[in-house]
This record gives sequence, structure tokens and C-alpha cells, in this order.
Amino acid sequence: MRLSKSPLVSVCLLALALASSVGTPAAAADVVVTDAGGRVVRIADATRILAIGGDVTEIVYALGAGARVVGVDTTSQFPPQALKEKKSVGYMRALSSEGVISVDATLILASERSGPPEVVKTLKATSVPYVEIPDQHSAAGIAAKVRLIARAVGTEAEGERVVAQVEADFKLLAERTARIKKPLRALFVLAVQNGRAVVGGQATAILRLAGAENVAAAVNGFRPLPDEALVELAPEAVITMRRSSGSDAHDTTQLLALKGLASTPAAANKRIVTMDGLYLLGFGPRAPAAARELMGQLYPDLAGGDAGATR
Amino acid sequence: MTAAVTMGGPGHHAARMGSAGQLMAVAALALALAAFLSLSIGSTGITLSALPRVIGSLASGHGDAATAREQLVLIDIRLPRLLLGAFVGAALAVAGAMMQGMFRNPLADPGLIGVSSGAALAAVATIALGNSLAAPWTRAFGVYALPVSAFCGGFAATAALVLLVARQGQLATSTLLLAGIALGAFATALTGLIAFASDDRELRDLTLWMLGSLSGASWPKVLAVAPFALIVAFVLPSLTRALNGLLLGEAEAFHLGVDVERVKRLIALTTAAAVGAAVAVAGVVGFVGIVVPHLVRIIAGPDHRVVLPMSALLGAALVLGADVVARMALRPAELPLGVVMAIVGAPIFLHMVVRRGMGGS
Repeated sequence: MRLSKSPLVSVCLLALALASSVGTPAAAADVVVTDAGGRVVRIADATRILAIGGDVTEIVYALGAGARVVGVDTTSQFPPQALKEKKSVGYMRALSSEGVISVDATLILASERSGPPEVVKTLKATSVPYVEIPDQHSAAGIAAKVRLIARAVGTEAEGERVVAQVEADFKLLAERTARIKKPLRALFVLAVQNGRAVVGGQATAILRLAGAENVAAAVNGFRPLPDEALVELAPEAVITMRRSSGSDAHDTTQLLALKGLASTPAAANKRIVTMDGLYLLGFGPRAPAAARELMGQLYPDLAGGDAGATR
Repeated sequence: MTAAVTMGGPGHHAARMGSAGQLMAVAALALALAAFLSLSIGSTGITLSALPRVIGSLASGHGDAATAREQLVLIDIRLPRLLLGAFVGAALAVAGAMMQGMFRNPLADPGLIGVSSGAALAAVATIALGNSLAAPWTRAFGVYALPVSAFCGGFAATAALVLLVARQGQLATSTLLLAGIALGAFATALTGLIAFASDDRELRDLTLWMLGSLSGASWPKVLAVAPFALIVAFVLPSLTRALNGLLLGEAEAFHLGVDVERVKRLIALTTAAAVGAAVAVAGVVGFVGIVVPHLVRIIAGPDHRVVLPMSALLGAALVLGADVVARMALRPAELPLGVVMAIVGAPIFLHMVVRRGMGGS
């Protein structure tokens, strides 16, 4: 009751309550970070965040700053509510300067893969801090990403917790991988297109983490593979990407229908694994969990009882 | 014959549609309206009413954060975008009008006969190989590397076409079209080869670039195309009389005192400059070169003294209008300009063709 007599006090309390509810350090000094491009960026206010890149969005949410996100790009598929609830600025490599400015963010966290370059250049020149997030496909790379984002959004304690979890996950993973005597020869199939398998060298890092060897490691990006090459590669396992439409069973049938695949050990043993694309290839904090899940599917005897113990 | 019927003779139906001066004023008004929309509509919701504040802060050298944001959007994003859009539209429309005049063929369009494909091939090669094979080239030309290569590609395609077709003594319509389509297919195939060799990221960039967009507009780009725009604007007036002569046929033009060979070379160069620079800054934007000159001939007759400037005005207006749609339809994301242009352009063109077919010209 006494509070209502003093508007100043109530305003202060309200502000405090608001600030703590969104997890912002109230009235702290500016945060200074050095981003992936080596630029020193000064951040005064991290209350309205624009996250560009599936891994970036995933980390911001993992740090508990999801409520402060005002916009994402179309690759931000996890958590699913991100793209549903927030404004979308379109595909990360086809950004529009004014479109990005219009979401009125006070902090832009963008994967270094964002583009086109002219737009990124314009955005870096604005007064809104633009932090480029590195994209390294390794344990150290994920930790660096999480630390940079945590510092930028002012949740460093939470960041260390996530990093510790990621590192523990990787350690566990390494112990498991050490028990694999002979790595499986695996093939990552992005999709079946026009009767040919589109395979990728891009999956090499995550396959290695899962203790498998990518037989298509030499492929630059994703390419359709002729049937004959499929026979020659003779993969022992096939990993394919789950799509939002259609069922796993349908994809598996389509894969097994490929003439070239029919003769491979993978088809003979029906060792075909379907997994979510961003989970598997995004190299966000869930990467070790994804690798462990994949390992569990590839080496069912090895995983023992905890194949499903992933987050 | 088809060509002669379609193009008509000078002064054929200009009279019933109003005087050339009035029509030009209407076209200029359309461009002014499109330019106004282009400056005042965008996903941030900033309108031209902010302009006095922005100019004030520019003049005094300081302003608050809100004004700085308005200045960024109006002066550094929308204004270069407006200028580039106007240039791209005008250049493509004028190039189409010149090609149709020179070849006496209503189907001659930089997109259809391979000029755009040649320019696109050179530009794609520069994008994909700019950091490896073509590094000395990109270093030597800096920001001009892309427009210069696109210009060279466009010019090579035009020159090849003129040389191939002119060897027959006269520009046979069917030979021209077939040769142009074959050249375009060849250039597109080479572009595909480069795309196949690119990695995923480059591929995605190339695909988006082939769909056309003005979203990367910036002042350095405006400066890069400015010389090309000046060349085209400077050469154009000297070509109108020759193009009007060519409407009657090459022999007739020669008897009227037109240096036909020189004019053809000049047109090829100007077209390459216009298309090359346009492709370099905006990617591949179709339909402008064929829709706009046709529209102009229908409403103002075939006199090139009217066709060329009016095509420039209406082409600029059309591209600016399409760009406003491109940036607003899915805001804050953006549609590719080439896609919007074709969605808008194809029905207009169909309507024109069908209506004229029924009217029985």
C-alpha cells in the first residue's frame, strides 16, 4: 500500500522485476566482444536479439535467452517455436538490409555464413552491434560459439554450464568411440533425387564423432552420386535426413529402391538410419548428443543400455 | 515481313494516342510515382516524412539515434536501391528496344538471344572463381570487376551473334533467333558447369543471383554502374535516326545515309554496356527488355525518338514498382526481383499479344 504513494519506487521496482524476468544484468556497463571476423563489438543492450543461423538460434535458446529473441532466419528450425513465434528475416544467405533493420533488434548475432556480403557490410556499418559467430565443426568450435554468444547476451554463467555439458558429452562420446575397433564405412544421403542418391562430404565431422568413416568424404558439398559409384563405395551403413513431410519408412523404401544401393552391405543388413538434419549437421550444443544417438544406431551392441539416454 | 507488320511505319498510330510530348510526360509521371514509392515504402515503415529531419542532421552533422536509423534506411539503403533499380530497368528496356530495332524483329530481347546469358556467364565465373583462378582479374578491377566482366560477356555474346548472322549478308529472322538461342544455351551450359564445380554456399549464392535482386544495392555499386549509364545515355540520341532508317530495311537505311555497319557495332557495344552493367548489379531480371518496348510501340508508335526515351522511363518505373512488391510481399524477408518481374511481366505480355491478335493489326 505504501508503494503506491511513491510512484518513483514502484517504477523502480517494476523495472527491476522486468529486468530480472528477462535475465538481463540491469544497467551493467557495455559488454565488449571480439567476433569471428576479429571485429571488436560493443554491446549496450541485449534485450532485443536477432539470431541468424540454426546453430546460433539454438544456442541463444539453450542459454535461456529465447524470450529476448525478436527475429530469426529460416534455418532456425530448433527449437521449433523459434520460427513459429518470431519474425523471420528469410534465408540466411539472402538477407535484406532494410528487412533486418525493421525487426528493431538491439543486438544481431549472425553466423559467419550469413550473406549476401553487401548486406552484411551494410549491417556492420549500422549502430546496432553485429556479432559474427564462428562456424567450426568441432568440440572446441561449439564451446567457442557458446562462450561468444553467452558473453554477448550477458548470460556467461549459463554459458559455462552449457559448455561444461557439451564438453562432458564429448568426453563420454570419446570414451565410447575408443571402444570401436573398426569404424563402419558410412554414407550420408541428403535425399533421393530423380532416382539418384545425393550424398555429402559435409557430414564427415559428425560421422567421425559417431565413430564412423564417411565413404564420400571427398565429395565437395552435396552431389548426386551415380548408381555405379554407390556400388563401388560399398557403404556398411547409410544415414539419411528426416524431412518435415513424409515418413521415415517412405524414405527408407525410396533408398532401398536404388539399384546401386541394393548390392551394398548397408542394404543387406538394413542398416539405414534417419535423423533430423539440423540436429545432425548444425553443430549446435546438441551435436555430441546427436553423435551419440547416431553411434547408438550404428553400433547397437556397443551402446549398451543407454542408447536412448540422449537429451 | 512479320517484323515490318509488327513494327509499322514511323508515325503509324502515334496520332490517335496523343502527342509524343504528352505521352512522355505521362511516362515521366509514372517513373516519379514509382520512385516516390520506392523511397517511401519499406519493411521498417520509415516514410519520406523523415526526409527533412535526415537532411537537417546531415547538414548539421549530428542527430539522435532515431534520425541516424532513418538516415541509414533512406540514404544508404533505399536511395542507392532506387538509383540502381531505375538504371537496371532503363538499361534493359532500352537494350531491348535497340535490339528489336536493329534486328527488325519484335522477339529480339537481350534475355532471349543470349546477351544476358553471356553477361551472366561472365559474372558467375567472376563470383565463383574470383578468389582462385580469376583472382588477378578481381584484384585489378576491384568493385568494377563484376560489371566489367558482365560487360565483356554481354559484348562477346552480341559480337558473336552479329558476326555469325551477318555473314549471311542479311539478318534473316529465323537464323538470328536460332543462333541467339543456341548461343544463350551454350553460355547457360557453361554457367551450369561452373555451378556444378561450386560448393554448396557458392551454389546457393549463384542460384539467388540468377533470380535477380536489388537487395545488395549500395553506393559503391551505384558508382560502379554510373560510367556505363553515362555511356549509354550519351550514345543513345545519336542512334535514333539510324534506327528509324533501319526500320525500312538495311539497304534503305544505307540510301538514307546511315553508316549501317558502324551503327550496328555501336548498338552492339551500347547493348552490351547496358545489359552487362544491369546484370552485374541486379543479377538476371527478365521480361523488361521485351515487355516495355512493345508496350511503348503500342501506345506511341515506332518512332525511335520516342521509343528509346519512353522505354527508359517506363522500364525504370516497372522495375522500381516490382522491387517494391519484392521487398514488401514477405517482409522482413525478400522475394527475388526476377521472380516478381516474370510474375508481373508474363501476364501483361500475354494480354498485349492476345489483344493485338484479336484486334487484327
